[in-house]
Amino acid sequence: MLTAVFWVLAVVAVAAGIAVFTVDSMARATVALAVSFVAVGTALLLIDAGYLGVITILMMLMEMGIMAVFMIMYMMNPGGLMPMSMLHNKRGALAISIGAFVLLAAGALLTPWPQRRGEPPSDVTRALGEAVMGSKMLVMMSVSAVLFATMVSALVLATGRGRYDGDEAPAAEDAGGGA
Amino acid sequence: MTASPAWAVVPAAALVVVFAGAAAALDGVLDPAGRGRPMSGRLGRPLWETARLLRQRRRTTVAPDALLWRAGTAGPLVVALLMAVVVPVGGITVADPPVGLVWFNALDVALWLTVWAAGWGANSVYGLVSGYRFLSQALAYELPLMFALTAPAVAAGSLKIGQIVAAQDKTWFVVRMPAAFLVFLVAVAGFSLWGPLAYPAGRDLAGGVLAEPSGVDRLVLLAGRYALLTVGAGMSTALFLGGGAGPLLPGWLWSLLKTALVLAGLVAVRRAMPVLRADRVMRLAWLVVLPVTLLQLLVVSVLALGGS
Repeated sequence: MLTAVFWVLAVVAVAAGIAVFTVDSMARATVALAVSFVAVGTALLLIDAGYLGVITILMMLMEMGIMAVFMIMYMMNPGGLMPMSMLHNKRGALAISIGAFVLLAAGALLTPWPQRRGEPPSDVTRALGEAVMGSKMLVMMSVSAVLFATMVSALVLATGRGRYDGDEAPAAEDAGGGA
Repeated sequence: MTASPAWAVVPAAALVVVFAGAAAALDGVLDPAGRGRPMSGRLGRPLWETARLLRQRRRTTVAPDALLWRAGTAGPLVVALLMAVVVPVGGITVADPPVGLVWFNALDVALWLTVWAAGWGANSVYGLVSGYRFLSQALAYELPLMFALTAPAVAAGSLKIGQIVAAQDKTWFVVRMPAAFLVFLVAVAGFSLWGPLAYPAGRDLAGGVLAEPSGVDRLVLLAGRYALLTVGAGMSTALFLGGGAGPLLPGWLWSLLKTALVLAGLVAVRRAMPVLRADRVMRLAWLVVLPVTLLQLLVVSVLALGGS
């Protein structure tokens, strides 16, 4: 059963990944990429990495939501009205991607995977956090808070005078203007 | 909190649909446009509207992206039903995964792409503007929502909804974290395109994402909106209002009563508050609400460290 679910997810992930480069609409490419990532995140759920899987889905969906805006803003064919291609530098890209695939597949197949020792911990999320962060937990927590505060305040400062700003009280230069 | 067999998704989905229908009926009663009409017509509006939309022939637009459009309009209902899986009713829940809270959060983020696709797919300017408005408004409410969700998780020391409910056996979390509760409710209105945060589906856009879908598509989209409100109300009950805690009555009944009360409040807010423009929502959300939720989280964390 698990194997069947894994195969379905794997096929969906790869097929959606291929779709990203074959559809001729930026919107569809973005959604296909999101579907691919969701399939990968769901596959993580199969190995009981619940937190990692769900957070992957959360992050990727959010990212694709934002990316849709920029993809459509900057790409040459937003609506699919003109022929376009997502492929550039075809030969080089093909060589690199086949090389990367062979390397990763060989690694997965040839590595002597260790047998499981002991039992999985009851709280996998906590164990994972401690394995990744270890003694640096406090530092990482403080850094993340500082980073977050920096990002928010930078954005607030940068958009201090947005397009609609000051509409509560008309700005002085507007009041006297009007040619 | 006992996990249920797989068939439990069917009664859970039925419950969501019934509550969503009741919310739509209440909105029909509160709608000032229905004044002077007989009560049966206003109370039965969801029924008549369903019958009308099921019979209505589907309109289409010039060159729509049908795939994204259909997926987008069906999305809110699907998301609401997937959220309902982790919402407990008394001691009963379909599933209580160790990361139930993150599951809920991930699904509300799924709405970003969903609503945007519903707006994009119609190939109509109203839908398109609406989709982008939703994304920009989502940026405003999502961060406060995440911190509002973090507060009960920190207080309970778990991401498991069952444990969060269990941690409220002495005091409901709404007492300890009223700001998080309020922010959560506002965010529910936000991802349901409702009330003061209905700007993406605003009347200045002829309904935005609601402008083009017709027939069964419109029915599914409208149902999805009420279902999202319902699930949001159910989740607020579990996270902040002690779940099924209460005297005399059984737990599941208390859960349903509290959910109905919160849902009624959310529905009533629509007629009581003006729609806020996205840039004002953004300013309010990041300059006022975000610091408030962070302070709330600080208070909750300190209390949790103190072991109370």
